[in-house]
Amino acid sequence: MTAPEHDAPVVLRVKDLTAGYGGPPIIDHVSLEVRKGKIAAIVGPNGAGKSTLLKAIMGVIKVTSGEVILLDKNCTNMAPEKLVRHKLAYVPQVANTFPDLTVRENLEMGGYTRRHGVHERIEELGDLFPDLRKSLRRKAGALSGGQRSMLAMARGLMLDPEVMLLDEPSAGLSPLLQKSLWEQIEAVAATGVGICVVEQNTRRSLRHADWGYVLVLGKNRLDGPASQLLNDQEVIDLYVGRMS
Amino acid sequence: MTTPLLEVKNVSKNFGGVAAVHECSMSIAEGSVVGLIGPNGAGKSSLIDLVSGFERPDTGSVLFAGQEIVGRRPDVISRLGLIRTFQTPREWRDLSVIDNVRVGRSALERESIWRTLTSGRRLRREEMAESEELFDLMTHYRLDAVRNARASGLSGGQKRLLEFARIAAAKPRLTILDEPMGGVNPVLGERIGEAIRELKRAGSTVVVVEHNLPFIEKTCDEVVVMDLGSVIAQGHFSELRDNARVVDAYLGNDDE
Repeated sequence: MTAPEHDAPVVLRVKDLTAGYGGPPIIDHVSLEVRKGKIAAIVGPNGAGKSTLLKAIMGVIKVTSGEVILLDKNCTNMAPEKLVRHKLAYVPQVANTFPDLTVRENLEMGGYTRRHGVHERIEELGDLFPDLRKSLRRKAGALSGGQRSMLAMARGLMLDPEVMLLDEPSAGLSPLLQKSLWEQIEAVAATGVGICVVEQNTRRSLRHADWGYVLVLGKNRLDGPASQLLNDQEVIDLYVGRMS
Repeated sequence: MTTPLLEVKNVSKNFGGVAAVHECSMSIAEGSVVGLIGPNGAGKSSLIDLVSGFERPDTGSVLFAGQEIVGRRPDVISRLGLIRTFQTPREWRDLSVIDNVRVGRSALERESIWRTLTSGRRLRREEMAESEELFDLMTHYRLDAVRNARASGLSGGQKRLLEFARIAAAKPRLTILDEPMGGVNPVLGERIGEAIRELKRAGSTVVVVEHNLPFIEKTCDEVVVMDLGSVIAQGHFSELRDNARVVDAYLGNDDE
């Protein structure tokens, strides 16, 4: 099959990453690549370590071995606030917006370290997220779940990241809203941002992503073009098939 | 057909308008080790809360050894012989390790915890037998060196083992374990698998809620699968991959 994703440059390379919360490692020698303008989906059963992997990349928890290479620069164990300046954005699953601030204020906060061009960037993001443009003066806490997810993403985009990590952006959304959120993620990727997304809904993620990584109990088990994994019996086996 | 040890019939429970458990039914045969599995939010822990008396179902019935237990308090249910654990081990922090296990025995003796700890009227013969059994349990779960230490000072792994020692002392008919493998290293994981098999050999029926499916496959005789608050399958682990409902529950569905 044609794999144009192989032509796009790698913007984030994770090599043999091992990390946890002080006890046994939750992710164990995990490797992956995110390419410019492409979506890499991290899927796997409960307890696979998907969200932990994002936290380890983002410097929220300590990496005990392995490397995080961002745009050819080794950024392993770099503090989150520094990584942001190195063009990495992270949208956590919860507490990802300021509910008492308006949409515009949330975006301004996202652009806090920008020297100039905050208003221009908000304008651009308004084109990308028409739904948010209409709600710039509303409090974030008054938005619907789907809109709040989009605001969280837009806020992350305020600093023009090259790579974006999304932790379960569609959690708690209805199937219809999940679909439109994924279309929004595709639109963001189309602007040239490399996206690494963790989701519970494996099939939906693989439907929209370019490349899929299946993690099981903290280890890489399978990866490939998302469209191929979607129909791969081996993926099912990794979730509920014979384990030993 | 013999009466199941545990029978859950059409149990439902809403929390703030969200159906955590919805018309859920299942039965557990005596003498088996059963894995209770399902994706995040399937309602497994909520169901355990309902069965063990920590929450009361809105509707439905729970029969334990043929007896209705809906509306009974958790301590009453535990004295009937149904003991559960929690995702994070809960010990009596200010009691010594050995007193924690002694409290486990109070469920067996059908007496109050207070009496267990203060009783001076017990026959000496009984005391001797109790001490010997406690000593054996301490040794068996490698807690003998710390038996007089306060339980709050134990490591996470020791707390897990203390939990199994307490259960073993209580000799329950049914043990429900909520994620016993959470935060556990592989070596301790082996020990926990062994402890579950020991419970079975000692005559307890065991229900294990766990996300670690390789562990479930290895440890359990059968599995019950929940999704969206209901049981969607029950059978042998090897049958799951061919069950479309189970596969949908785990891999998600992308229909609108």
